[in-house]
Amino acid sequence: MKRTPLYQVHESLNAKFTEFGGWEMPLQYSSIVKEHLSVRANVGLFDLSHMGEFDVSGPGANELVQKLSTNDVGRLTDGRVLYTLFCNETGGVVDDLLIYRHTDNHYMLVVNAANIDKDLTWVETHNNTGTDIKNVSEDTALIALQGPKSIDILNPFVPERDVSEISFFRFVVDEVAGIPTTISRTGYTGEIGFELYVDASDAENLWNVLYPAVIAAEGQPVGLGARDTLRLEAGLRLYGIDMNDDTNPFEVGLGKFVKSKGRQFIGKDALLAAKKKGIAKQMVGFQMLDRAVARGGYAVYQQGEHIGSVTSGAPSPSLKCNIGFASISSHGTLENEEIDVEIRGRLHSAKIVTLPFI
Amino acid sequence: MIPQNLKYMESHEWARQDEDIVTIGISDYAQSEIQDIVYVELPEVGTELTQKTEFGVIESVKAAFDLYAPISGEVIEVNESLLDAPEQVNESPYDDGWFLKIKMTDPSELDALLDADGYQAHIEAEHA
Repeated sequence: MKRTPLYQVHESLNAKFTEFGGWEMPLQYSSIVKEHLSVRANVGLFDLSHMGEFDVSGPGANELVQKLSTNDVGRLTDGRVLYTLFCNETGGVVDDLLIYRHTDNHYMLVVNAANIDKDLTWVETHNNTGTDIKNVSEDTALIALQGPKSIDILNPFVPERDVSEISFFRFVVDEVAGIPTTISRTGYTGEIGFELYVDASDAENLWNVLYPAVIAAEGQPVGLGARDTLRLEAGLRLYGIDMNDDTNPFEVGLGKFVKSKGRQFIGKDALLAAKKKGIAKQMVGFQMLDRAVARGGYAVYQQGEHIGSVTSGAPSPSLKCNIGFASISSHGTLENEEIDVEIRGRLHSAKIVTLPFI
Repeated sequence: MIPQNLKYMESHEWARQDEDIVTIGISDYAQSEIQDIVYVELPEVGTELTQKTEFGVIESVKAAFDLYAPISGEVIEVNESLLDAPEQVNESPYDDGWFLKIKMTDPSELDALLDADGYQAHIEAEHA
């Protein structure tokens, strides 16, 4: 298994580890619930160095990323970030990712850890513009600071600016405590926060700068366990769990990130055809009505009819009930409609709720 | 500390014998590994359990874990308070967090379980 530059830091904090996408990552340090609640109430510090980063540059860079992206990269100006998808020719999702625009001929792509090799091949295969594509994942560390106190924690270390002025989905290239850092106002928790990209050799320094401030603010280091419950509450999909190469963006409720008007991209024809034909599946959020926990893969019924399955499910530490996403057959499902989740052979009632949960 | 007066399974359930009644739960080691217990699913009174077979499930935030019966017999009492307060398993695994009382059918089955020293050695081997 691969390890991030912060592995030894996690070990010294007595983290429990888990395998994720080929990486040995911290699952939790204290307790998933405590870590989760500290992000909602105060702040949390995450090592996300397993994520992949590609540096894409050259005169054809804009054309290349536009061709691959379902969302319109043309909407970006310098210093802005775009959430988007790569789709294959049949409209299936290759990956979901962030595209950072430094200039119109220089972008950073941030992809899921488990998809680094697949995505690199995908981008290289479609590179007919002579664009320079560098996989800088190994050289890049990513530390996230998430929670309502993250602005106050980060500001003292960035003397040249007020980080509260970095708007959502914008970034700056600056220094944090003298460490060259790409400061991005993004996250996967539903809270105010930053994602900080640094050279792998600076990862431990940056962690050690932020960690005492996080602890002083009654925050905690946060592992992948709480990252999963935080993103679930925030209604955010996880690639490989809620979607894959065989699901199209409409089926998982990500249709708003498909911008087909006046532009071409891989998968466009298939997606338009699929939409015309009618989308057979839809993704909904649900809340269990008893204490049973729905997990990924469990069957979903409505009035005795099998209509789909749970993709993600877990107890919600913030809401103190059990929540999840389900992929079900489309029938214009309404909020508060009841469904049943089969848990160990018994049906348990749930109601459909609007995403996000929080 | 591992209580000396209990018997243990390798799957981390404990058994406390009081004449022909055996109370069962999970060890402190198991609860600390599982953490954040949010749900316990237990059989009803009257259910017949068979040693080393599944009798229920505990759920943490992260995952579900099967529970295995340390002894065969009839369930005569269920700790109903766990339905509303499953966190008792984390807070008090050997006392308030007990699961079931079982009227055992074959006391010799207890001999197949680990004593405290054996269980300690098992944990250390599992952790190594």
